[in-house]
Amino acid sequence: MSDAILVVVEQREGKLNRVSWETITAGQAIAAATGWGLEAAVVGAGTATLAAEVAGKKLAKVYALESAKLEPYTPDAFAAGLKQFLTTKQPKLVLMPHTYQVRDFVPKLATAMGRTVISDCVGFKHEGGRLLFTRQMFQGKLAADVSFTGEGPWFATFQNGAFRGDKAEAGAAAAPVETVALEIAEGVIRNKPQEVFKEAKQAVDLTQAEIIVAVGRGIKEQKNIDIAKQLADALGGDLAASRPICDSGWLPMDRQIGSSGQTVAPKLYLALGISGAIQHIVGMKGSRSIIAVNKDSEAPIFEIADFAVVGNLFDIVPPLIEEVKKAKAGG
Amino acid sequence: MKILVCMKQVPQKDAPLKLNETGAWIREDVSYEVNEPDAYALEEALRQREKHKGEVVVITSGPARAQQVLREALAKGADRAIHLEDDKFVGLDAYNTAKAFAAAIKDEQFDLIFTGLQSDDYGYAQTGVILAELLGWPHATIIMSIDKTDAGIRVKRELEAGYFQYVDMPLPAVLTIQSGINKLRYATLIGIKQAKNKPLRKVSLAEVQPAIGANLQKIERLYIPQKTKKTEHIEGPPAEVAKKLVDKLRNELRVL
Repeated sequence: MSDAILVVVEQREGKLNRVSWETITAGQAIAAATGWGLEAAVVGAGTATLAAEVAGKKLAKVYALESAKLEPYTPDAFAAGLKQFLTTKQPKLVLMPHTYQVRDFVPKLATAMGRTVISDCVGFKHEGGRLLFTRQMFQGKLAADVSFTGEGPWFATFQNGAFRGDKAEAGAAAAPVETVALEIAEGVIRNKPQEVFKEAKQAVDLTQAEIIVAVGRGIKEQKNIDIAKQLADALGGDLAASRPICDSGWLPMDRQIGSSGQTVAPKLYLALGISGAIQHIVGMKGSRSIIAVNKDSEAPIFEIADFAVVGNLFDIVPPLIEEVKKAKAGG
Repeated sequence: MKILVCMKQVPQKDAPLKLNETGAWIREDVSYEVNEPDAYALEEALRQREKHKGEVVVITSGPARAQQVLREALAKGADRAIHLEDDKFVGLDAYNTAKAFAAAIKDEQFDLIFTGLQSDDYGYAQTGVILAELLGWPHATIIMSIDKTDAGIRVKRELEAGYFQYVDMPLPAVLTIQSGINKLRYATLIGIKQAKNKPLRKVSLAEVQPAIGANLQKIERLYIPQKTKKTEHIEGPPAEVAKKLVDKLRNELRVL
């Protein structure tokens, strides 16, 4: 087995999912730490253009893994196709971004090969010649360093934003691209996916908001959302919410911030009664400034807040609305 | 429809966590609750049974305390429960947990197996997908609706950024269920009473041991995350906090 790292990038309808650049940055960092080689693979039908795009990065090689059966995406085709390639190639470490699609097939692929996946990592350590993968546990309250105790190929997925896509180093020259035809037998694919669609017309595009006031479970009741709305209005911002608020129907789904909703990076994100679950944080950790109000001093949201108010939001928000209004009126 | 719901008991969301003496796990003297996505998976199974008739069976692996999750599920309306009971089940990785479940249900004939999309403690999102591969069944993840069709089922998969996708699948299948797919019911007093008489089969570690192997990954250490961000705490009575915040908004953040 060669000590090589393979980054499997993700594409959607012929376009590279930009989070893949983050995975390449991660691969380059691990390659630098371990001295292992770094290669990448694009998976799908008609991947030549994408493979060429990926080959612009500092990589030893790029594989264009091809089969008409890989389009549209199904877990059966992806697991079967990649198992075929990885069984021959036997990289030491396979890296992917922790996207919904990767979650859908990589545990199946690893199991089919008798291997394991360390999912949703936020970093890695290389100590005493050993590679450890850091991930969050208990909704971000604790961090864990996890090791592989079996044989390679090892599989690891990285959380959105764990590495910077713009830090993926370009190569001095284009990496060589090798096309590999994958054989996926008849009857392997059992799911029939239909067209991808957006549910409702997005009434509000939170990605364009400069200021966002977001509510979480700490708002307790639907009628209390009104004070958050008043604060948003006073600031000239938009109202948003964590998933549980939208699940309860207290705000429409297009107000949801997080992995299933919108990813935002406003000038100001004001989190009211939001604990900071990982699925929410990935949707807003890029915000320029974060103010968090929560009565639990241990809430993980305080890990990423610029300004922290440990207190009852129902005591804090009303005077805050007044002070904001005063300030805006020239007070 | 015979539906199996895999459920997990996890520390309560606001439980204060302390490391144990190994530094690789938490002290277990905390309060526990059902993994939230699993509660939605159970609710979905109960609704499918209401629509299509059949049986809902719940399964969990863990110490004696994990039985509470099964009791609550039976009280809500599940028909029977399976408890893989042993302290050592806590230390199994997702691959081994899935292997243990597969061994425990080898004589059953389910049409559907549900898991929550991920656990609130580990957050790996793997057990259901691994179980599907071990059983040789098709699967789909992060499911927001399930409808019966002539050829099997049509499920609605949630994707990122507000996108969705319908997928047609044959049965039997494994589905990982997303929270918010439905509204959770409460157990009734009658339900709680009836739960006491519903079958609860215990499965020992020894029974499934032949199916399990060594863990392929290991938590070397757990620790409080290192903060990279400098957080400034704004303190004082609410009126003062409000003034200080507005001062920051105006002069530092320049949003006013």
